[in-house]
Amino acid sequence: MTHAPLTRRAMLVASAAAATLPALSTAQQAILTRAIPKSGEALPLIGLGSWITFNVGNDPAGRNASTAVMRAFFAAGGRLIDSSPMYGSSQEVIGEGIKKAGNASRLFAATKVWISGGSNGPAQIEESRRFWGVPKFDLLQVHNLLSWEEHLPTLFAMKAAGTLRYVGVTTSHGRRHDELERIMKTQPIDFIQITYNVASREAESRILPLARERKIAVIVNRPFEGGDLIEATRVKPLPAFAAELGCKSWAQLMLKFIIAHPAVTCPIPATTSVAHVQENLAAASGSFPDQAMRARILAAVGTA
Amino acid sequence: MSEWWTYSLSDFLLFSPRTYHRLFELYNEAVWPAHIAAAALAIAIMVSIRRNDGRTVAAILAIVWLWNAWAFHLDRYATINWAAVYFAAAFVLQALLLLWTGVVRDALDLSSRSRTGITLFAFALVIQPAIALLVGRPWTQSEIFGLAPDPTAIATLGILLLARRPQWHALAIPLLWCIVTGLTLWTMEDPGALLSPMAAALAFALAAWKTLAPSRKPRDESHRG
Repeated sequence: MTHAPLTRRAMLVASAAAATLPALSTAQQAILTRAIPKSGEALPLIGLGSWITFNVGNDPAGRNASTAVMRAFFAAGGRLIDSSPMYGSSQEVIGEGIKKAGNASRLFAATKVWISGGSNGPAQIEESRRFWGVPKFDLLQVHNLLSWEEHLPTLFAMKAAGTLRYVGVTTSHGRRHDELERIMKTQPIDFIQITYNVASREAESRILPLARERKIAVIVNRPFEGGDLIEATRVKPLPAFAAELGCKSWAQLMLKFIIAHPAVTCPIPATTSVAHVQENLAAASGSFPDQAMRARILAAVGTA
Repeated sequence: MSEWWTYSLSDFLLFSPRTYHRLFELYNEAVWPAHIAAAALAIAIMVSIRRNDGRTVAAILAIVWLWNAWAFHLDRYATINWAAVYFAAAFVLQALLLLWTGVVRDALDLSSRSRTGITLFAFALVIQPAIALLVGRPWTQSEIFGLAPDPTAIATLGILLLARRPQWHALAIPLLWCIVTGLTLWTMEDPGALLSPMAAALAFALAAWKTLAPSRKPRDESHRG
């Protein structure tokens, strides 16, 4: 969910900005957290996605920019980074970034298993772990429910053995909610990951209430509908009520809409920009919209 | 894949346009001076076409398809797109098909002098490398015949159109590649997205015409009256 393509010049500026982060972060408001329902562990209300943005291959400039984003994310109080073996080089780039960032001690490492057949899962998970360079993952999710019947036993066994902390499943674009609902009702999963934003609100009717009922944490992907919502509001003036919520951008307003839902644990906006990661994390501070205000946000975006 | 109708092309895009075009920049930098060798091979192809030496042309094309499979798809593109491994396999298969058709069977008679074929070949050699500059990207991101898959595929289509009889088995993979690359660029909203599919459509139409149109029979010389 890149807000805008990053030019080489912008990246140099971003890298320079990242170098000044400690000073910036002290001036920021503390990022708020929400408890993972099953454990009570507090997670910052904004995470970091990596779809497209961190898939930069072996491009040194792209890798440095990704490291700068991660450094900024941690400096601003972020913890959860989410990836997948499906995202090309993203996991390798994250591994390099958390090593070079130097401030990733509170990382909450979340990735996915994305391969047909349960027997192929452990090898892929181990490869992902090597890419990340972490002793173990905090969260492993079955990507897009692919072979979930076969992968979940592996993940539950890893959790029981202490080599994994949480187990989850993912969908996106509002797809396969019937199957997701069935898994939520029958499997002892800790997390789900779904699409939820001001334009895609299919999850509101059944999935989010069920997550609360079953004490399942909710990671929200595509908070800006893959960047489309940022594009759609680019020329729209920010409504005056945004200031009441401490929002300085549409992105912050849309993130506040998502995290105001009590079932949501954290959205995971992805970006290639240090300024945007700081802006995103700042949305997890201050006050949050109530129901009436959420309706006003929908009306203002034009998705009510 | 369930609910497949809800997917759009952008759901399958794994990288940003910036990363994609930087890939060519870094690739060009890494393989230099292979560009000189590629230009020499292009000249060798032109000379061989003039001599109707289909065997040499096929051998050179096989080399550049193999190069693309290894140096571009496997070594570069696969770092940002897991599907590149399958593209590499298709490119190796294309090299083998060219070797089989042109070298083993010596069945590449390039004497038709098709204007469309020559135009496509010239487009791949001259225009396609300039597209990066024309659309406002740095020239260092140019895609060169022999080194990059798009101009290699279009040049191959052009050359195969010079054949007296369309060699469909050798046309299939370049045609498919033009569609794949067109869809990738279209998803990235690239201004040059339609070029490869248009070249493929042209090549397909001409090859189909050659296949379907009744061949000209020699005039019966016995009825002169």
